[in-house]
Amino acid sequence: MTAASPERVRPTPIKAIPVRRTGQWISAAIVVALVGALVWTVATNDNIQWPVVGDYLFNSNILRGGVTTIQLTVLSMVLGVVLGVVLAVMRLSRNPVLRTVSRAYLWLFRGTPVLVQIVLWFNLGLIFPRLGVGPISADTNSLISAFGAALLALTLNEAAYMAEIVRGGILSVDKGQTEAAHALGLTSTKTMRRIVLPQAMRVIVPPTGNEVVTMLKTTSLVAVIGAQDLFTEAQLYGSKNFTTFEMLLVASFWYLVLTTVLTFAQSRLEQRFARGTSQGAPAGPGFAARLHANLRPGRTATQGASR
Amino acid sequence: MTTAMVRAENVHKSFGHVEVLKGIDLEVANGEVFCLLGPSGSGKSTFLRCINHLETIDAGRLSVDGELIGYREEGDKLYELRESEVAAQRRDIGMVFQRFNLFPHMTALENVMEAPVQVRRESRTDARDRALQLLDRVGLGERAGNYPAQLSGGQQQRVAIARALAMKPKLMLFDEPTSALDPELVGEVLDVMKDLAREGMTMIVVTHEIGFAREVADTVVFMDDGVVVEAGKPADIIGNPQHARTKAFLSKVL
Ligand SMILES: Nc1ncnc2c1ncn2[C@@H]1O[C@H](COP(=O)(O)OP(=O)(O)OP(=O)(O)O)[C@@H](O)[C@H]1O
Ligand SMILES: [Mg+2]
Repeated sequence: MTAASPERVRPTPIKAIPVRRTGQWISAAIVVALVGALVWTVATNDNIQWPVVGDYLFNSNILRGGVTTIQLTVLSMVLGVVLGVVLAVMRLSRNPVLRTVSRAYLWLFRGTPVLVQIVLWFNLGLIFPRLGVGPISADTNSLISAFGAALLALTLNEAAYMAEIVRGGILSVDKGQTEAAHALGLTSTKTMRRIVLPQAMRVIVPPTGNEVVTMLKTTSLVAVIGAQDLFTEAQLYGSKNFTTFEMLLVASFWYLVLTTVLTFAQSRLEQRFARGTSQGAPAGPGFAARLHANLRPGRTATQGASR
Repeated sequence: MTTAMVRAENVHKSFGHVEVLKGIDLEVANGEVFCLLGPSGSGKSTFLRCINHLETIDAGRLSVDGELIGYREEGDKLYELRESEVAAQRRDIGMVFQRFNLFPHMTALENVMEAPVQVRRESRTDARDRALQLLDRVGLGERAGNYPAQLSGGQQQRVAIARALAMKPKLMLFDEPTSALDPELVGEVLDVMKDLAREGMTMIVVTHEIGFAREVADTVVFMDDGVVVEAGKPADIIGNPQHARTKAFLSKVL
């Protein structure tokens, strides 16, 4: 019996003098001084025309470029996810032809830099001047605009990465689920759609959120074919008005705003998902951790480096 | 009891180089409760899974209600059935797993409704009515809106039985339905199974519950190392086993 005897008095709460964290204070002071000095030198730098940054931040062409960047991100992600699911299902299929096709696709699109793929689709007209089926054909360059080439390249590339994420999600679902569905008489297609994929979502959603942020940054590569995205527009003004650095600041500002918004949305989405599964899954990383993870150099950097 | 519900003739099955079933001959009559006993690794689950084609057999013949499972025989040639045809055969065979395998993203009610709606194309209202009836029957009418994670093991297994019954099967397969349960929850699942047996359902039950086998089974089969060692009335097999292997096994589990 552990019931407290009545005469037992509650001890006085602990009031200890905390360990002094001198190091913490010193390091904070150093950091503040360094950051202050950096901000000061940049802010007062005569070579940066700050009014230009302010003027162009909300310039209509820059904003239109931003919208194009968002469109490219959303469209290539949506199409990439759809194609990725198809590739993942093909890869796990019993049909050896489908499996091989899926593997070959991944090998091809993950083995070449996305920058090269973008330029390649843009220059398709060089080897196929006209595209079409039978008697119906059209000039390749009018058929595939810079935006079209960018979307094509980003989508096809993304599908290869999404396929692996989706495959991981599908494999994370217990085999017993498929067996139970089959035992009830569900076909493989129904089993995948109704039973396996919904459960795979929990594993698929978090990395897909990261893919969206990575994609947002990757879209800047399409500036090499002048696809009129945010970076294209910023560079255009920069070289025209000899304000290269100012325009890079403008572009960076908007990229940061967009990644921060996306990261916030991602955290909320994951929280919703953890709740919906009723398993009381622990919450994913918080917003700050997410943001930190998203701002790390991702695939974009490595692919960019392979130029 | 004229036609056999399940007929196995010289069924063989190997995984790689390991032969797990070494010629099984069995006949399960319509309405019969058939209990499979045997030590771990003797091939009980494998045999059960062959009956609804979750595993394919390598040799022999296996039929349910007079229909060959997984194949069509024309003359002396066997043709593999298409996926949709296999799925159609499975509709009439219910299966209950050791680990329940309920769909965790669906409520108890949705679990039971899934196959009638998706496979038999019943209307949602009809399926819902019947699902509620079935949940009532296994004593879980109140829990229809709960997700599997919110149910005890015994409750989950009862939902799993209701889910299988929703397809109005002519044969039910149980693979150690109570082995994953805490001892105090075993009874509630066995009670549901006893009810089912009383109503005349044909059942093949792999179990270590010797008491259940003795009380409910019409036939008890002892399997070891991929063969049927002996088969007969529960009183004979459990009460008076003839083979040394059966005796050794029973002395361990009783
Ligand atoms: N998919 C598989 N691949 C390879 N070997 C398998 C597979 N499934 C089962 N086996 C092997 O087949 C043998 C029989 O397995 P089975 O599950 O049928 O035994 P069991 O009688 O049900 O045993 P338990 O009482 O432990 O469930 C075992 O040796 C097992 O390791
Ligand atoms: Mg088993």
